[in-house]
Amino acid sequence: MIAIYLILSLLITISVFIFRNKSVSVSLVILFIILQWTLTVYEYITLNTVQFLYFTPDAIGIILLTIMSILAPMSFLYSFIYLNSRGDSPKVMAIYLSALILLITAISTAYLANHVAIAWILVEITTLSSSVLIYHRRTERSLEGSWKYIFICSVSVSLIFMGILFLGLASQQAKAGELFYSNLIVHAKYLDEFWLKAAFLFIFAGYTAKTGLFPMYTAGIDAKDKAPSPASAIFSSALMNVGFLGVFRLYSITARTNVHQWASSVLIISSVLSLIIAAAYMLRVRSFKRMFAYSSVEHMAIATVGLTMGPLGIFGSILHIIFHSFTKAGLFYQYGAVNRVIKSKFISDAGEYFENNTSGALVLLLGFFMVTAIPPSGMFISEFFIFKSLFQNGYLWLIVVFAILITVIIWALCENIFRLLFYHPPSHKDSTEIIEKVSVWESVPQFALMITVIYLGLNPPDYLVQLINQAVKSFG
Amino acid sequence: MINLLLIIFIVSLFVCVTAIRLKTFIKAIAFQGLLLFGIFFLRLNEINTLNLVLLLLETLIFKAILIPYFLHYLIKRNKITRETDPYVSNFMSLFIITFVVMTTFFLANTLKGGVFENIYFVIASITIFTGLYLIISRRKIITHVMGFIILENGVVILSLAVGVEMPMLVNLGILLDIFVTVLVLGIFAIKIGDFFKEAEVDHLNRLKD
Repeated sequence: MIAIYLILSLLITISVFIFRNKSVSVSLVILFIILQWTLTVYEYITLNTVQFLYFTPDAIGIILLTIMSILAPMSFLYSFIYLNSRGDSPKVMAIYLSALILLITAISTAYLANHVAIAWILVEITTLSSSVLIYHRRTERSLEGSWKYIFICSVSVSLIFMGILFLGLASQQAKAGELFYSNLIVHAKYLDEFWLKAAFLFIFAGYTAKTGLFPMYTAGIDAKDKAPSPASAIFSSALMNVGFLGVFRLYSITARTNVHQWASSVLIISSVLSLIIAAAYMLRVRSFKRMFAYSSVEHMAIATVGLTMGPLGIFGSILHIIFHSFTKAGLFYQYGAVNRVIKSKFISDAGEYFENNTSGALVLLLGFFMVTAIPPSGMFISEFFIFKSLFQNGYLWLIVVFAILITVIIWALCENIFRLLFYHPPSHKDSTEIIEKVSVWESVPQFALMITVIYLGLNPPDYLVQLINQAVKSFG
Repeated sequence: MINLLLIIFIVSLFVCVTAIRLKTFIKAIAFQGLLLFGIFFLRLNEINTLNLVLLLLETLIFKAILIPYFLHYLIKRNKITRETDPYVSNFMSLFIITFVVMTTFFLANTLKGGVFENIYFVIASITIFTGLYLIISRRKIITHVMGFIILENGVVILSLAVGVEMPMLVNLGILLDIFVTVLVLGIFAIKIGDFFKEAEVDHLNRLKD
């Protein structure tokens, strides 16, 4: 099935690029969404079987793949709204759509890849396709964003490759054979410690460019700022999960060795630094997209800390990733409408959104409660699990640091979002200026995402809990 | 023989770091391509046809001819001035790199196996560090690209250390190298030169908080 999926989606990508006709591309996109869902259902049925040599759908892969498949149709919907409102030429539209399809394909297969090198190749393809999306507007700024993204991601991809070489050395001494994750987990005890440490450091540093954690987080921020908002929604949810999965898989290997404690401290240091950076920049951001991007950095840091805290923490961390993907995607989709109404990306120009687009404003308000983990939000549950596990493991100082920094972040989010919603600018704008009306229907999918977050937090279905528990078990 | 080539490789890094003109820099990069070919050829004692073709393509044609030619073309097309424009004086750069070379050798000595077992790791880490150093210490974007190419050379040497046992990884590394370099250089050539006439980093600092 994966082979068929890869071939068909490549064909769809190419034909969208060639035909450049609106109705043709709409039908091809619908075809792709059907294909995406077929893959998701098929992989869920054939859980834990080897397919096409290098791919094995495991529990965490399926969870993330389902998130991707839920977000994919929405991203296409908002992309069409976005492209229509800009009136781009058919050529530019075709390039955008085919890059988006390629990105979703690469992300989906990267979740399922069981071979270290194959996962790495697919990550490189996500860099390529997302840089096309970042450059969509064809301005100096977007060129700057995509150049920085390509450059930093290329360096990080080289780092990952070095890490894979070290992992190869470590596995040679353990006679683990090919570099399959499943192989490495079985032979984890025999891996050479020194090379495993080196491999962990390099691969982790490389994947942070996608995850948005400390050493290489900058690339992702500029990317989310400059890309069109439907693409940014994917960058800050599904694409970040690719990096998270890379860290997750590697860490689950080290969890069975003596390196475990050392690797945990690397993850904790990196996430504390990321949280400090997120809090510091949150106070001085000037545009909403960058604010949401830094908020993603914050949530990834929380999830990464959860990984290091035993079964309860890992459970909370996976739950957190799920909720964060839905919430942040919803906020970025809504930002597309905000941008059409206030016609500026700067926070200083914002205001009166509640009067101009009430349904959208309600989405933002709900999203604000979700993203700050205020009780009806599912993130409250996941953060509660993570903090509880921190408490159980005796990391009291970490809780204090996190609480202070998260308070700063919540304050910044609150200030900026409420300014957008309720602030009345003192100097009245030219009354002849026509404010675009946004249809209520546009907000419905975003409401659905937010309500999913609440519902899954209050009443998670059994199969989801089973899948998460299976993923937690991969830590042994 | 291999050790000699590796030492010459380090010397070429010194040339890159102290180069005043871009042309010298490019010549050093081309020369590194030739050296890499020699190192590869001597190191891989069992070569099948596919590996040989890939290796020739990567080192001789790609690294020693195409990239330098393309860099020349870029400089001409975008009318880039001929100095390398470092932030740091050449003497300081030379000092830093010498320091790095020495510490890496000493550190490698403390590892089990001694220097000559780990010679590829030593050279590779020096090269990668030099590449990163060139990226942060130069003002022009094109010198960043060149620093990145040197970093990639380091990765290729590193893959040699493991490569005899795992040819698949080496081939993958080579393909990555070609793919990424073409991507980075392509963007640079087609787009940046058109937007920013002088192509200096100062133009690329508007996205910030």
